[in-house]
Amino acid sequence: MSATVDITFKLNGVERRVSVAAQMSTLDMLRDQIGLTGTKYGCGEGECGACTIQVDGLTVNSCLMFAADCDGRELVTIEGLVTSPIGEALRKSFTKNGAVQCGFCTPGLMVQASQILNQHPHADRSDIQRGIEGNLCRCTGYKKIVDAIADAEIDAA
Amino acid sequence: MSDVNNYTAPRSLDEAADILRAGNVTILAGGTDVMPQMKAGKLTLQPTLMNIRRIPELRGITQTGGVVRVGALTTITELLTSTLVRERFNALWQACDHFASGQLRNAATIGGNIGNASPAGDTLVPLLALDAKVVLAGKPNGVLATRAMPLGDFFVGPGRTKRSATELVTAVELPLPAPGFVSEFFKFGTRPALDISTISIGLAGVRKDKTLANVRVAFGSVAPTPIRAQRTEAALEGKTLDGATIDAALAAAAQDIHPISDVRASDWYRRELIHNILQRMLVHVRDS
Repeated sequence: MSATVDITFKLNGVERRVSVAAQMSTLDMLRDQIGLTGTKYGCGEGECGACTIQVDGLTVNSCLMFAADCDGRELVTIEGLVTSPIGEALRKSFTKNGAVQCGFCTPGLMVQASQILNQHPHADRSDIQRGIEGNLCRCTGYKKIVDAIADAEIDAA
Repeated sequence: MSDVNNYTAPRSLDEAADILRAGNVTILAGGTDVMPQMKAGKLTLQPTLMNIRRIPELRGITQTGGVVRVGALTTITELLTSTLVRERFNALWQACDHFASGQLRNAATIGGNIGNASPAGDTLVPLLALDAKVVLAGKPNGVLATRAMPLGDFFVGPGRTKRSATELVTAVELPLPAPGFVSEFFKFGTRPALDISTISIGLAGVRKDKTLANVRVAFGSVAPTPIRAQRTEAALEGKTLDGATIDAALAAAAQDIHPISDVRASDWYRRELIHNILQRMLVHVRDS
């Protein structure tokens, strides 16, 4: 019988107590156990960035993080991000710039974009391109995504 | 995937060493290697899964005298944002700058990169060129004891090291370089981000005029472990970096490496890369 671990953490500003299997990923916990399906499962090995969330203010691939390791930490997913000013600016900008086609990569890209804008309020296009190097999009060709992040920067300023 | 029947997150090194001494432990830090290897069936988790991320002794970059200690839990992002690393250990900084992606740099730890012992591990090649020592801790006789060894002696084969099952990598120690010290790292892959290196090269030494002394050359992805290139170092040591010296070093490098052909490149291509990129790096070190 696999061990379960009782953990307490903050999820999008709200304290949560959850019991998780020791081997479970944070992504599986978010989607299957808590029911927040905005964070996507893409590759499951840290290559595509669809599962990007913020943990203690830094973005990580939630598919690679053990759920048990969330204990005592602060998580922000796409569902929490969109309620913040920067998330709202990104949502509008992604829509306006046509940066969403199938939409599967969008939550991960928006969470990663929020970190880029937090860390480099005046990020140029090369900073943005570098910042999203861990996020794959198979529809747009990235130009519109970079446009959207650059535009959100202006709106947020 | 076997079942974990005990998950534990100790809060001190002492406690962690006790858990290791009891046996059958998988050590977890950032998870960026453990999770995908477990899912791919390459790693069978032991009955005890020990998360070491809450052990304060394993954190921080500190300088004591002529030695810089980098705690095993230091993330790649923390190395990249360290002024000490950027100013004094350029090769390591460059490797961190080329490491995976932003998300992975935030999670992956230097101790994990060392413990995972991939022949292509990005930080391992600059650490070898920087004369790093790995520090291990355990309780072989019930008392917490540490030992250090040169990183070059630590790797045994792909994924295999001299760490015993009851030990833990606690830190890596780097001698603070002498004045005139230069170090460079180059990784070749098909894209800048998220690529496992086809080959990588670390080069370090004390430059005076056009000569290089205390030369350290390390290669990744051209042998079962990351390696120090001793013939190449001997060919360069104390010599003026002219055409003849560089040619001799390139010939020596061909003797130092034992590349294989795999999905990323053929043996032949890896040899070509080592030849051409080492040449470029030596010229750059000489002329910059």
